[in-house]
Amino acid sequence: MAGVIARRARKQRIFRWAVLVVLGVFFLLPLAAMVEFSTRDSRTWPLLADWPELSATYPDLADGILASLLQAALTAVLMLVLLVPTAVWVRLRLPRVRRLVEFLCLLPLTIPAIVLVVGLAPVYAWVNYFLGGSSVTLVFAYTVLVLPYAYRAIDAGLSAIDVKTLAEAARSMGSGWATVMGKVVLPNIRSAVLSAAFLTVALVLGEYTIASLLNRTNLQVAIAFLGKSSATMSVAVSLTALLLAFVLLLLLSLVGERKRKAASPAVSSTVTKESAA
Amino acid sequence: MATRPRLRGTALLGTLPFFAYVTIFLIIPTLVVVIGAFASNDGGATLENIKALGDAYILDAFGRSILLSAISALVGAVLGAVLAYALVTARSDGILRRTVTAAAGVLAQFGGVTLAFAFLATIGLSGFVTTFFQDHLGVDIYSGGVWLFELPGLTLVYTYFQIPLMVIVFLPALDGIRPQWREATEGLGGTTWQYWTKVAGPLLGPAFLGSALLLFANAFSAYATAAALVSQGNPIVPLQIRSALTSEVVLGQANLGKAMALGMVIVVSVVMGLYTLLQKRTAKWLG
Repeated sequence: MAGVIARRARKQRIFRWAVLVVLGVFFLLPLAAMVEFSTRDSRTWPLLADWPELSATYPDLADGILASLLQAALTAVLMLVLLVPTAVWVRLRLPRVRRLVEFLCLLPLTIPAIVLVVGLAPVYAWVNYFLGGSSVTLVFAYTVLVLPYAYRAIDAGLSAIDVKTLAEAARSMGSGWATVMGKVVLPNIRSAVLSAAFLTVALVLGEYTIASLLNRTNLQVAIAFLGKSSATMSVAVSLTALLLAFVLLLLLSLVGERKRKAASPAVSSTVTKESAA
Repeated sequence: MATRPRLRGTALLGTLPFFAYVTIFLIIPTLVVVIGAFASNDGGATLENIKALGDAYILDAFGRSILLSAISALVGAVLGAVLAYALVTARSDGILRRTVTAAAGVLAQFGGVTLAFAFLATIGLSGFVTTFFQDHLGVDIYSGGVWLFELPGLTLVYTYFQIPLMVIVFLPALDGIRPQWREATEGLGGTTWQYWTKVAGPLLGPAFLGSALLLFANAFSAYATAAALVSQGNPIVPLQIRSALTSEVVLGQANLGKAMALGMVIVVSVVMGLYTLLQKRTAKWLG
């Protein structure tokens, strides 16, 4: 029996490395090709690092980068302002509405972005009328787009703590709802909020469909536009954007891991709290 | 007791911003698509748009979309499952598994314009691999025509985000398989072949099928990658919708776009519904 297990372990090791090497080549090759392609013109990378020069040479690209950063920040803020109080509120006061909120938040998963943009076009005719055609207005559409991911992250965070007990304790000591939200609930779901924000930023930085079809600019639209005139530069910017997203999502997974490690004692302490009560 | 309904009312008020927002930017757009699909240009009800879905070029686009999604989902599901299995045989808290799952998390999100450019740099006409093959091996990978901007190229590019997605969604199911089941099979005299076909296979079947459906929906909904890669012609439905949205040449195109959008929603909803069913089935054993 021991011989069989050892033989199987060796077979599995060979199989594992064979799979990893073959697929590793498939996944790393395009990245390596991007590095090779973007270094064919030696001026590309220095130009990308020199912001004043870059915005003078490629004003559209600079506009797109700034627009995307602003969109990402504002979408994260709007998402949190909209979602966190609602998620906490339905848990505390309206448990029957919770299913509806969840359904609405997950609805964008079954509506492809290309479909959403078809329906958003007339809505954005009104947005244009009231707020103008600035690319910042895309924040409204992006908040809908990130709803499923952000909701899942925040809901998971709220499930890990005992919101009701926390809120009742704070209320019984005379704090108002604003204090409950800002000083009691929010600090307890900090890592969930952080992961929702990271996901939002990563998604917004990669968005192309809605921006391009509503005739607004952002990073991806600018890259696609640049690809028509300067292939080398567009590949260099693509690679940078990809690395940025990589770092963001890596940070996200680190936050998730810390949360998982911290979760077990937190859960047990709520359990003891409840049994003590 | 008399104050209770009033309290309910004030409590509902707290969710008002959320519902107002979702109504304007999610419900109304959805209704615009659904109602628009059945509306004529002057606002009356009509079935013309839905009938126009039967036109040969739209049916072809749907067919190609489904073909592209099915093949990329199948390839992604098989290779992703193999990779996931390779990870399961490694230590669950080891550096290898953690690195690969983290990378899969990032690459599954990696679509759109950047992915299109990555492949242009690799196997574009002057790409890294293309020129390497030409200069060093004397092989022209495009001797049979430039397939990168057509269905075969799209399929290849799509597998780049399908495989990592499969790893993420299939790994939990594989983790649910207990080593004791294999030992039990062996204890009863079963072979490896019997273990995979009679024990692990039936257990993992629903999870595999469900994950493949999710991959299908993922590819079917994708727009940005294809839009950045294909500039001539509109082989798949999302690109047909683009041309309906951007060109005002043919009268009534906008509502035809809505009909196609509705068709996409229906396909995705059916697939996701099946996915949910299979997911429940999986949870029974491997939850």
